Amino acid sequence: MAATPADWKPRGRLAAWIEERLPIFGFLRRHTSEYYAPKNFNVMYFFGSLALLLLVNQIVTGIFLAMNFNPSAANAFASIQYIMRDVDWGWLIRYMHTTGASLFFVVIYLHMFRALMYGSYKRPRELLWVIGMLTYLVLMAEAFMGYVLPWGQMSFWGAKVIISLFGAVPVIGNQLVEWIMGDFIPADATLNRFFALHVIALPLVLLLLVVLHLGALHTTGSNNPDGIEIKDHKDAAGKPLDGIPFHPYYTVKDLVGVGFFLIIAAFIVFYQPTFFGLFLEHDNYIPANPLVTPAAIHPVWYFTPFYAMLRSIPDKGLGVLTLFAAVLILFFLPWIDRGKVRSLRYRGRSYRIALAIFALAFIWLGKIGIGEGTWIGDTYIARALTAVYFGYFVFLWAYTYFGWERTRPVPERVSMHE
Amino acid sequence: MNRLLAVLVLGIGILAGAAQAAEEGVPLQAAHVNLHDIASVQRGARLYFNYCAGCHSLEYMRYARIARDLHLSEAQVMDNLDFNGAKFDDPALSSMPAADAARWFGKAPPDLSLEVRARGADWVYTYLKSFYLDPSRPSGWNNTLFPNVSMPDPLWSLQGVQTAQYAPAVPGHDPQVQQLLISQPGLQSPQQYDRSVRDLTAFLTYVSEPNVYHRERLGLWVILFLVVFTLLALYLKHEYWKDVH
Repeated sequence: MAATPADWKPRGRLAAWIEERLPIFGFLRRHTSEYYAPKNFNVMYFFGSLALLLLVNQIVTGIFLAMNFNPSAANAFASIQYIMRDVDWGWLIRYMHTTGASLFFVVIYLHMFRALMYGSYKRPRELLWVIGMLTYLVLMAEAFMGYVLPWGQMSFWGAKVIISLFGAVPVIGNQLVEWIMGDFIPADATLNRFFALHVIALPLVLLLLVVLHLGALHTTGSNNPDGIEIKDHKDAAGKPLDGIPFHPYYTVKDLVGVGFFLIIAAFIVFYQPTFFGLFLEHDNYIPANPLVTPAAIHPVWYFTPFYAMLRSIPDKGLGVLTLFAAVLILFFLPWIDRGKVRSLRYRGRSYRIALAIFALAFIWLGKIGIGEGTWIGDTYIARALTAVYFGYFVFLWAYTYFGWERTRPVPERVSMHE
Repeated sequence: MNRLLAVLVLGIGILAGAAQAAEEGVPLQAAHVNLHDIASVQRGARLYFNYCAGCHSLEYMRYARIARDLHLSEAQVMDNLDFNGAKFDDPALSSMPAADAARWFGKAPPDLSLEVRARGADWVYTYLKSFYLDPSRPSGWNNTLFPNVSMPDPLWSLQGVQTAQYAPAVPGHDPQVQQLLISQPGLQSPQQYDRSVRDLTAFLTYVSEPNVYHRERLGLWVILFLVVFTLLALYLKHEYWKDVH
């Protein structure tokens, strides 16, 4: 990161007056036109800025939804239909929010997968990765609570199943579940507190984590598809030879990514808003009824890989442990993977095969998790895939710890591919 | 990297396909609803208010909104669709008290505002064609798609009376319905009846999301704008990146 020269002053008297008292223009400059990013970013590097765009979308549409939503068990369901039918543009705002939620996870999963492809979690970016994982964890809580708010059948039963997972905690399990729900079943108190957490508490935490994530990123500098440090080769002025200022180069490039992304998002919002029952589920168009259990209960698609693991394990405690372990193990990735080469372009062949199998296992688990789970074969497949999921980390550790990896020579300077 | 991406895209495709996997049991017939055939949706509205609205409510659907979206005048709606004296801006509620309904049918008739969103158009279409005489049921009717349903066939006078042909009995199992035959013709031929059920399903599809016309009209312009925006962004990126090698 190039420091702003000490003699730099903003043009204009008012700006200079402000800058002397609060160096905001220098700060912005340091993080945009003076922030050097590798010039060889490929398509996988669009998802960070897209995630930021979606965060803004969720907050802005969320504000307008909160103005018209009624967070009570008696009126929540009807107030959603009020938004859809009687509030001007309510349908558009809600579809932008629901589509945005699902696309947020698409973008975040691709963003995380990018880190696995190019070793972005490796030294010196371990903390950047850990903060990102915390963001993902909070995002999951945020999405879960948001999904409960419409108070349809899936909201209610999804809440019941997910909250009851905490019942697996030894000794205090049952009290913990009641404490979370504020009742013996998901009810008015649950909906009220989830609304408060969904619209105030968790978005604040998310914003803070995103700021920390960006702060950590701008301290270490961005990784790139070659997985090499651009700071190792600088010109006489101390600027990385393979770096270009984030603004304007990547702001205009990200604009292209935003354009393509919004076209896809608009197709969903305007022509397939339920996305074949994946983004908005059929059962959630039936009001919550504690006396009628739906034929199949499953969370929304972005949780189903973990849900499939849980469901395939017959013991509740062990299943819940597996579920949480599957998320938590990702935090330790920087210390599990001891390989020195970052990018899969120069890593061993086995690494690339293992990563592809890992990704496919995750997707396949998601497919099983969204099904009814009545076919016994699915249970066995899900168990095998769970083993594959965790096996990836075991393999990665052994592969790099015992030096079995045959890496290819890493270039000194970045290469432009696309 | 590109191969890896291709594999992933394929995987996501499989996931999307899984969501549409058919349910078990009776195969659903395709409704082939066309919401842009306004006449079809209007006919569906007339059928709905003549045959369904006595018992079922549309809690979230106002008469005025129906008039606006289906190009009907206030007088047309009030004279032909509103049979229980509701005001033009009121939702289309049934006049049957829920408590009585629950006593008469065993279960109060559900609100149908979101029925198509909850079950799908094909389900509604198939359901309305799957009633048959069954003297063992309290109402005298049963349904192959929704076994032991409380509702008697509301459209029997149009479709005629269907009787079930059972498969050869297997000891220890309930008799299985093999096919339904019309034993007493109704006012409409099978083709006419299919069209009526399609119209009715179209109306309920519209009711489950009345903003559908606005949504699809607006979407075209939004996407056109975004295409122009993206082309400009591409041009801008190209210009700025000329000096990056």
